Amino acid sequence: MLSFLSAFIPRAVVQGIPLLYGSTGEIMTQKSGNLNLGIPGVMYVGAISGVIGSFFYEKSTGGNVNSFLAVLIPMLCCLIGSLLMGLLFCFLTVTLRANQNVTGLAMTTFGVGFGNFFGGSLIKLSGADVPSIALSATSACFSKSLPFASNLGGFGKVFLSYGFLTYLAIIIAFVCSYILNKTRLGLHLRAVGENPNTADAAGINVIKYKYVATCAGCMIAGLGGLYYVMDYACGVWSNDAFGDRGWLAIALVIFTIWRPNIGILASFLFGGLYILYLYIPTGMEHMEYQELYKMIPYVVTLIVLVITSMRSKRENQPPQSLGLPYFREER
Amino acid sequence: MNEKKREPLFHIVKREALSTKDALVLRAVAILLALVLCGIITMITTGISPIEVYKSIILGAFGSTRKTWVTLQSISILLIISLALTPAFKMRFWNIGGEGQVLIGGLASAACMITLSDKLPNAVVIILMIISSILAGAIWGVIPALFKAKWNTNETLSTLMMNYIATQLVAFYTIVWEVPKGSGKIGIINQDSNVGWLPQIFGSKYLLSIVVAVIVTLFMYVYLNYSRHGYEVSVVGESERTAKYVGIKVEKVIIRTMILSGSVCGLAGLLLVGGINHTITTTIAGGQGFTGVLVSWMAKFNPLSMILSSFLIVFMGRGASEISTNFGLNQSFSDILTGIILFFIIGCEFFITYKLKKNHSHTKVRKEEK
Repeated sequence: MLSFLSAFIPRAVVQGIPLLYGSTGEIMTQKSGNLNLGIPGVMYVGAISGVIGSFFYEKSTGGNVNSFLAVLIPMLCCLIGSLLMGLLFCFLTVTLRANQNVTGLAMTTFGVGFGNFFGGSLIKLSGADVPSIALSATSACFSKSLPFASNLGGFGKVFLSYGFLTYLAIIIAFVCSYILNKTRLGLHLRAVGENPNTADAAGINVIKYKYVATCAGCMIAGLGGLYYVMDYACGVWSNDAFGDRGWLAIALVIFTIWRPNIGILASFLFGGLYILYLYIPTGMEHMEYQELYKMIPYVVTLIVLVITSMRSKRENQPPQSLGLPYFREER
Repeated sequence: MNEKKREPLFHIVKREALSTKDALVLRAVAILLALVLCGIITMITTGISPIEVYKSIILGAFGSTRKTWVTLQSISILLIISLALTPAFKMRFWNIGGEGQVLIGGLASAACMITLSDKLPNAVVIILMIISSILAGAIWGVIPALFKAKWNTNETLSTLMMNYIATQLVAFYTIVWEVPKGSGKIGIINQDSNVGWLPQIFGSKYLLSIVVAVIVTLFMYVYLNYSRHGYEVSVVGESERTAKYVGIKVEKVIIRTMILSGSVCGLAGLLLVGGINHTITTTIAGGQGFTGVLVSWMAKFNPLSMILSSFLIVFMGRGASEISTNFGLNQSFSDILTGIILFFIIGCEFFITYKLKKNHSHTKVRKEEK
């Protein structure tokens, strides 16, 4: 049993990390009253921006990468790419007061298309003579774990065998949780999400808070895409491989009732559910049941959604003005 | 002096209702700008001249008789899905589960085609297909509606989850019914007997979905604008409290509207499986459940304008895929172009509702007062 767990938990954790980035980012966004359904697109853009950055870096060095730059360049590209998506969302929904659902869906269409287009055409466009995008050198820098982790048996495997982005995700989640609940900044942010009119009257710059929170949220979410391609997928880009994780991240926000620190455990749980089908024996005769088991995370999310809405406790509700644009003139 | 500096350059004023003509002109300008930007981006990525870009787009959509028919057929499917979602949106029920409702409708008709083909005559199979696909879509739509009506569960996320449950169900049955075993796909169903293939009308295999789309458009137009149900939908959408106050049973309206929305999506699934593809895959809806949301919103929930907006999306999509085929680029190119057009249209709505006024006049007035 113990050996099963020490094999299962690391796999659940690596599945959960992209979800954790996505949901932490979306929680920050939603706390400001913006419902960003573009997160799946943002995560694709974050991933492909990182890939483009490191693709050209690896190409220019010919495989002889400096591990510091190999991490820094994709990270910066990823952050810039996702920041631009965040700014686009804010410009359309906050400045131009567009409908957030529609803007978010359009961003998802655009972002997923952007990722798949450059993922599929980067080689042709840049005229490189490689068969596929395989950034093994960069990926090795991203997934480097502590050197002594493998000597520590089960403990090392469960806790220390991951690349640095894994720990960064957990740190970011704790920091966000701290900011939201323990600082004046977080108090102001929550006020903006709950009731922007009151916040505005109290002298809080609503538009600034919305912009900063949404852009920061997008940048955090974008890192989830980067983690997926660089660490989990070993630097190999394949179209649509990231799949529906962005949507699951949004569902996770509700699952964790808008608390990033709960999100850490919840995302690992979701990661476990995501790969559970691999561990349920089906036999060679009935491979079709695997497809049914893949349904589990979605069914669980649906059930959790219904249960939280049934209990409808006041502290577990979404921010009150979530999804509504703010017009100072229309009060 | 200091005060003048602090004042922003513009301030925003709500317009008096803009005339329909001016609003149309504004939207046309936005689309035109978007097309120019799309042309520039295509030029940069492929290196062809801008005129060539637009020519390829038009040729991709209308280059041959067959292409024209396929374009019209794709427009009608997207139109049906968008129309299906519209009553729900008008009620402010964000049904982004169109994808799943289409899939499950398609699955139901595929099930009839596969399991009943050698037991019942063709006509009976087709009737059963119609009934079962509409029913399946309705059930898929009504489940989130029940949660919403009873416990106010967030419908955006519950409909989304229903999409994935439908996808996995299709994946499950794809393996159960796969031909040949181990191939992972169903292939053309009843290729020899053609049982369950929807009939061709006037000898054209494309015309059926177009006719259905026209009927559904007219039906939705009348339903939303001239029926009691349609009126109740608008009232609930405007304000649930008002609806309750005037004695409309909000829960009932939500459930009824989602049954309608889901069943029309199921109908689209039937057309896709029984009329067009004669097979089912997990990607048969092709994201149109999401695109439909945007088409419906772009048309301001007006069924007649939806013909235009779905035309625009399909036209650009087919044009872009022509360009990407010609240049060996990835098919997702069309998603990028669609996204750009959408951003422009979304942005232009602001200028229809509001206008920017320069703050110049204000400062002048203030000086005179001093």
